Amino acid sequence: MENAKSYWETNSLNKVLNKFPERKKTFVTGSNKEVNNLYDPLDLEDYDYLDDLGYPGEYPYTRGVQPTMYRGRLWTMRQYAGFGDAEESNKRYKYLLKNGQTGLSIAFDLPTQIGYDSDHPMAHGEVGKVGVAIDTLEDMEILFDGIPLDQVSTSMTINAPAAILLAMYTAIAEKQGIPASELNGTIQNDILKEYIARGTYIFPPLPSMRLITDIFDYCSQKLPKWNTISISGYHIREAGSTAIQEIAFTLANGIAYVDAAVKRGLDIDTFAPRLSFFFNAHNDLFEEVAKFRAARRLWAKIMKDRFGAKNPKSMMLRFHTQTAGCTLTAQQPDNNVVRVTIQALAAVLGGTQSLHTNSRDEALSLPSQKSVRIALRTQQIIGYESGVAETVDPMAGSYYLEKLTTEIEQGVKDYINQIDQLGGSPKAIEKGFIQREIQNSAYQYQKDIEDKKRIIVGVNKFQSEVEEPMKDLLKVKPEIEKRQVEKLKKVKEKRNEKVVRKNLMELKKIVSTEQNIMPAILDCVRSYATLGEICDKLREVFGEYKESIKI
Amino acid sequence: MKNTRIRVLVAKPGLDGHDRGAKVIARALRDAGMEVIYTGLRQTPEQIVETAIQEDVNVIGLSILSGAHMYLFPKIMELLTEKEATDIVVIAGGIIPTEDIMELKKIGIKEIFTPGTDTNKIVKFIKENVKIA
Repeated sequence: MENAKSYWETNSLNKVLNKFPERKKTFVTGSNKEVNNLYDPLDLEDYDYLDDLGYPGEYPYTRGVQPTMYRGRLWTMRQYAGFGDAEESNKRYKYLLKNGQTGLSIAFDLPTQIGYDSDHPMAHGEVGKVGVAIDTLEDMEILFDGIPLDQVSTSMTINAPAAILLAMYTAIAEKQGIPASELNGTIQNDILKEYIARGTYIFPPLPSMRLITDIFDYCSQKLPKWNTISISGYHIREAGSTAIQEIAFTLANGIAYVDAAVKRGLDIDTFAPRLSFFFNAHNDLFEEVAKFRAARRLWAKIMKDRFGAKNPKSMMLRFHTQTAGCTLTAQQPDNNVVRVTIQALAAVLGGTQSLHTNSRDEALSLPSQKSVRIALRTQQIIGYESGVAETVDPMAGSYYLEKLTTEIEQGVKDYINQIDQLGGSPKAIEKGFIQREIQNSAYQYQKDIEDKKRIIVGVNKFQSEVEEPMKDLLKVKPEIEKRQVEKLKKVKEKRNEKVVRKNLMELKKIVSTEQNIMPAILDCVRSYATLGEICDKLREVFGEYKESIKI
Repeated sequence: MKNTRIRVLVAKPGLDGHDRGAKVIARALRDAGMEVIYTGLRQTPEQIVETAIQEDVNVIGLSILSGAHMYLFPKIMELLTEKEATDIVVIAGGIIPTEDIMELKKIGIKEIFTPGTDTNKIVKFIKENVKIA
C-alpha cells in the first residue's frame, strides 16, 4: 500500500503538480484545520471498526443513537419561532404545524429571557422583538391556545428563568387536563454558555447551577419525558469558535452539569438520559458531519468511563441542530438558501434528532412567513427527495471523514484536559479562558475573510453591482409593547393579590433553604405572579451576575 | 498635551447578547491604532452617553442585533444633543433593515454597517470623519 502510494506520488501526482500547481498553498477546513490532498486506508491504520464505530444504537454511538435512524422516523423538523405577543406567535405555530412541522420551538423576547416584565424600564424597545413576550401564565395560555400539549413536543429557548417557564407549561397542561408525566419537550436551561457566548444570564453561576439541578431532580420525578437541558454549542459557534472548540466547550459544560448533579446526590442513570445537546451546522460539510459523530463518540466514553454510567441512555448524545446564522449574508440573500441546504445536509448526515433551518433573510431581520416556508421545505426535500435518509450513517467508512472524526475527537479531548486543569468549565469561564479562545478564533475568521484567504460568495468575491433589496421583511408592530403592558396591567388587576404576595414570600423562604424550588415556583405561576416578580425574589437572594469584559 | 489617537466607545445598547461583532470591531479598531473602550452588554442609552462624555471619545460605535434599534438609537441621539455632545461621531452596525438605515441617518447617525462589512472599511470611515488636532 505504502509503495503503491509513493509510486502514485512520483509517477502521477508530481508530474501533474509540476505543470499545474494546486490552486492554494494550503487547504483548510472551515475551522482552519489543514486538509491533505487525499485520504486512504493508511490514514486509518489504528482504526478498529467495532471499537471506533460499532453499530448504530450501540456504544459508542458513533453511527447514531438509534438502530434504525431515519428509516424509522425522520428527524423532528422544528423551526424556532416567536415574535410579538402570544396571539401572533400562536398563529405562526398553527401555520407551521399545518405545513407539516412536527415540533414547536419557542423563541422568547429578551425581557422574558432576562427576567423583566414588559413594563420594566429595561424592556423598552425590546418587547416582542426577538421572540414572544411572556409576563404571566395568561400569555402562555394564549400562546398554546388550541394546541393540545400531549400531541406536540415543545422546545423552549429559555435559560436563566427556565424553571419559571417550565412551571407555566406544566400549569397550562394541568388546565388542558394533561398530566405532567405525558409532556414532551425541552428547556434550554444551559446557563454556562450564557456567560460564555449568549448573554442572557441573570444570576451568578453558583445559584444558577442550583436552579438547574433542582430542575433535573424535579423532572426525573414528575416529567420523565422532558429534556431537562439542552447543552448548547450553537451559540459558542455563532460567537466565532471553531468546530473543535464548539464541541470541547459544550462537553466541558456538560461535564460541569453532571458533576453538580452527582454532588447533589442525584443518581446519574436517573437524570443523565434526559440531557440533550444543541449544535451548530456550519458550511464545511465533511468537518461538520465528523464533528457530530466525534461528539457522540466522546460523550459516550465520558459518561461511561468518567462518570460510571450504566444505563445506555445516559451515554447517548441526542442533539438538536440549527444551521449557522453567522454564515448568512445580507448581500445576495437568496444565496443563503443554498448555504442552509448544505448545512442542513451536514446535520442529517451527522445524525441529528431535530433540526431548525434558518431563513434566507435573517441577516436583515426576523424571517418572513415565505422565507420560513422555504427553510422548512429545504428540510423536507432533504428528507423525502435526496435519498440521504434511506440508510444509516451513509458517510461512514470514508477515509477522510473517519480521519477527521478521530482528529476532532482528539482536539476536543485536549481542550477538555486543559479545562479540567483550570478546575472545570465554570472556573475556566471565570478566568476568561473560554471566552478568549473563542474571541481569537472569531477575529482570525474575520481576518481570513478580509485577506481573502476565505471566500464568501457575494461578500468578498462575486459581489453584485446592484443589490436588490429583500421584500416583505417581517416587522414587529411597535404597538405590541403598549398592548402587552396593558394586558399585564389587567392581569394584575384581576388576580388575587393576597395569594400572589403569600406565594412570593413563600418562594423567597424556600430559595434560602436547600429545598427544591420548583413546587414554590409552580404555586407562584398558578396565582399569576409575573415572571419579573418571581425573578426579583430570586435576585434578592441570589444577586446578579456581572460580566468581566476583556477585548 | 492633547491626545492624538482617536478614541472610540464600542457600545452594546439594550438587552441584546450578540457581542461577536462588537468584539471583533473593537479589536480591529485597536489594531488600527485607535483607543477603544468596550462597554460590555446591557447598556442603557443614559449609560452609553455618560461613558462617552466621561471618556471623551471621538466616536461611538453602537452594535445591536435584537431589533430594538429604532427605540434605542434615537434615544441616544437625543441624549447627545441634550448634553451638547453632538461633535461625537456616531456609527452603528448589526441587523438593521434598509428602510431603518435611512431613518437613522436622518437623525444624525453617520453610517450604518450591516453584516459582511470589511473592518478596514470601518477604520477608513472613522479616520475620514474624525479630525483630531
